[in-house]
Amino acid sequence: MAEDIESEENENILVIHRKITAAFEPFDYESKNTVDVREIGTIMYSLDCFPTQADIREFIAEVEENSSGTVHLDRFMPAMTKVLLENKFPPIPRSKIFQAFKVLDKEQKGFLEPEELTKFMMEEGEPFTQEEMDEMLTAHTNRKENVIYYDKLINKLTADAPK
Amino acid sequence: MGCGMGKSRIQPNKCDRVSISVPAATAIRAALLIQRWYRQYVARLEMRRRCTWNIFQSIEYAGEQDQIKLYHFFGFLMDHFTPASSERNLISHIFRENEVCRDADWERYFCYKDIEVPHSYCGPHLTFPMTFCGVSKLMEAFKLKQQLHARYVLQILGETWRLLRILPNINHVSVCHTKEITICGDLHGQLEDLLLIFYKNGLPSCEKPYVFNGDFVDRGKNSLEILLILFGFLLVYPNEVHLNRGNHEDHIVNLRYGFTKEVLGKYRVHGKKILKLLQKIFSWLPLATVINHKVLVVHGGISDSTDLDTVARMDRHRYVSVLRPPKVIRPTLNGNRAGSGKDEDASGPAEGRRRRVRSLTNTSAPGQRNNIPRRSLHNLPTGGAQLNCSVEDELKERRRLAGFDQTYREVKTLDSDSDPEFGEPTETHGHEWKQIVDLLWSDPMPQNGCFSNEVRGGGCYWGPDVTEEVLGKHNLQLLIRSHECKQDGYEFCHNRRVLTIFSASNYYEVGSNRGAYIRMGPDLVPHFIQYQASRTCRELTLRQSVGWTERSALRALRQQLFVHKSDLVGAFQEFDPNNTGVISLRHWATATERVLKLGLPWRVLRPQLINRAQHGMVDYQQWIRELSITEPKPEVSDTSIMETMYKNHSNLETIFRIIDTDHSGLISFEEFRQTWKLLSSHLKMEISDKVITDLAQSMDFNKDGSIDINEFMEAFRLADLSTHS
Repeated sequence: MAEDIESEENENILVIHRKITAAFEPFDYESKNTVDVREIGTIMYSLDCFPTQADIREFIAEVEENSSGTVHLDRFMPAMTKVLLENKFPPIPRSKIFQAFKVLDKEQKGFLEPEELTKFMMEEGEPFTQEEMDEMLTAHTNRKENVIYYDKLINKLTADAPK
Repeated sequence: MGCGMGKSRIQPNKCDRVSISVPAATAIRAALLIQRWYRQYVARLEMRRRCTWNIFQSIEYAGEQDQIKLYHFFGFLMDHFTPASSERNLISHIFRENEVCRDADWERYFCYKDIEVPHSYCGPHLTFPMTFCGVSKLMEAFKLKQQLHARYVLQILGETWRLLRILPNINHVSVCHTKEITICGDLHGQLEDLLLIFYKNGLPSCEKPYVFNGDFVDRGKNSLEILLILFGFLLVYPNEVHLNRGNHEDHIVNLRYGFTKEVLGKYRVHGKKILKLLQKIFSWLPLATVINHKVLVVHGGISDSTDLDTVARMDRHRYVSVLRPPKVIRPTLNGNRAGSGKDEDASGPAEGRRRRVRSLTNTSAPGQRNNIPRRSLHNLPTGGAQLNCSVEDELKERRRLAGFDQTYREVKTLDSDSDPEFGEPTETHGHEWKQIVDLLWSDPMPQNGCFSNEVRGGGCYWGPDVTEEVLGKHNLQLLIRSHECKQDGYEFCHNRRVLTIFSASNYYEVGSNRGAYIRMGPDLVPHFIQYQASRTCRELTLRQSVGWTERSALRALRQQLFVHKSDLVGAFQEFDPNNTGVISLRHWATATERVLKLGLPWRVLRPQLINRAQHGMVDYQQWIRELSITEPKPEVSDTSIMETMYKNHSNLETIFRIIDTDHSGLISFEEFRQTWKLLSSHLKMEISDKVITDLAQSMDFNKDGSIDINEFMEAFRLADLSTHS
């Protein structure tokens, strides 16, 4: 029995290793098993993790090659494996996101004005850059009414979500 | 934030609303959550975008590789098959690029004077010498979708040819405070982009010099209009407008990528003449531009053997098509002379230019790097010195498949067609040829070093060390090149010593990328202006258009998968010895890459390509069935030939156009048969006469027994009706 469990675990780890390698590769431009440190966030996201910026910074501190600006697969692999095994940055349930928007939508209008959203996104938490903000607004503001219907937004984005 | 700013009419007292406070901690937590969640979404979009990009690029480069393979195949035929008159002549003409000897004779051939412009013509009338008004008139006419009369086309082209002949190989340009220079990259027949650039930046003039860095033609549908406008400005401002040759300024490439078709479609009577004159013009286009002795502008790039002094000295117009090196005489295995200097563009083993035959399988392990320049090209042996006895049999086989004569005969050494001006090709010409190919076809890579660009089939991949070396050797500080499509229209590499500029927006698909151009003053610091020519596009963010572009890329990819059906099933079955009908996803990825050789991250693409995968296994037969490509109507008894046709769509079309020497767009049944013979020889396949006849019969022939090339190609174009996108 114990053997079965162990071999299943090993199989699991193998699968995880393959996933991590596959996510790492596209950013390894010089085929040296290294990636630019600035891509780590994207790689983590692509592995269906939802870290905060602080989480990402912490992770990078662990794996970066002494402030060279690069991360080698040798260090990335064990650290990332641990993250995945522990499910450290799980996806955010739809209901929670909805709640978060409702918190910002004080009057429960069902939508947010661009200015409201901007204020929160750029002043609170881990603020968006101007570029990120512009992107979000351009992509998701209802053109006719100039508001953001957040339930629609959530639906659109979670339709894409990892299964 | 404050009163009076809102555009909303829903809440009148906006000020009050804003001042209602939310417990700070809650708001922060909420914001954090949303930011985290949204950033994940954006990152995944970015991954998809890169993937989509890779798909388009891989397919594009595979197509280029294909073209070069085909051309090499023809060269191989030319070198090793003695003329059986009509068959060889089917293709030999593409190697005879100087049919009439002297320029004076050419001038007579290209003369426009006898061409009458009828009263019914409502397009623009031009007077010569060309003036600014003339070019403006031309631009206005093209905006209104009018077509310039063939007489005027030939006139402009004639004048351009005369001008280009006195230009040096390398343009030298000076920039000063009152005169900033504008540099544009690939345009590829996209007239809207050129007009957008002129709109944003102003027209060329004495105060506004321009450099156009090649690839004006092919793919887009207004290649000729772009050329006429650029040539028009060149004629009016010869000191301010500079054109560099690109790899698509090459008649062999044009056969495949649409320019030839465009010209023949627009000018049914004079198209052939126009194409011939363009051939000459392309060969006379300068190869590079140097700004203030410091900035080199060239279409493709460089290699470790690039030497601008050699480039400056050569007779650039010898190299009408750059796809094959100039031929050098050498004896064949039989001691027969297999052709001579008459075929300017044939290949040879001279100066050690051997091409090794590479294995067809991708040697890198599954799941390995996708970013190394891919080397899985099968190069055909081209040198006589490499032939060994077993190739004799291969030769015989090829000839048989191509329907050529079985007997060898002595070749007449010189045509009366050859151009005495050029004489016998020598080793120098081989060296010069390599300089040009490298300038027009190369791509930069991140690693140090320099090696053949097998993916495209021409030029080199060069590294940052080569950049330093070549720039250093010539005392230059920046290399500006084009040739590769870039998401944002431009991209630096090699420590900002190499700059790629690409001016055809939406190149792969609507929304795929922006175009850009460079403005540069005497400080030689490049400034970029980006744009996207499309009404709908401008409203979308680049990320929104990811979905659209991605769907398009996946369509293209599914087509590639579909046309390789049989090979795929074969490869899958290798992993399924017990014939269970299912294989693991890992094996699926390995097999697919083995067959398609596109170097794509199949594991990442898998969710987009395979709907149903139970427990990590896929039913491959069903999957292939579900690729949702509908086959076109005409049904042929032999289904394998359909697959060959889809796979070789472009090759077929290229061969058709080569065979159609009078450029009528029609070929006879016999020529149709010959095309298939040639193709089967290239692919080393057997295609029986019966199959070909069946195929022909399934077509709706014109009454006189000829086949319209365009109609035929359209009838066999695949349509993807997949709904789940």
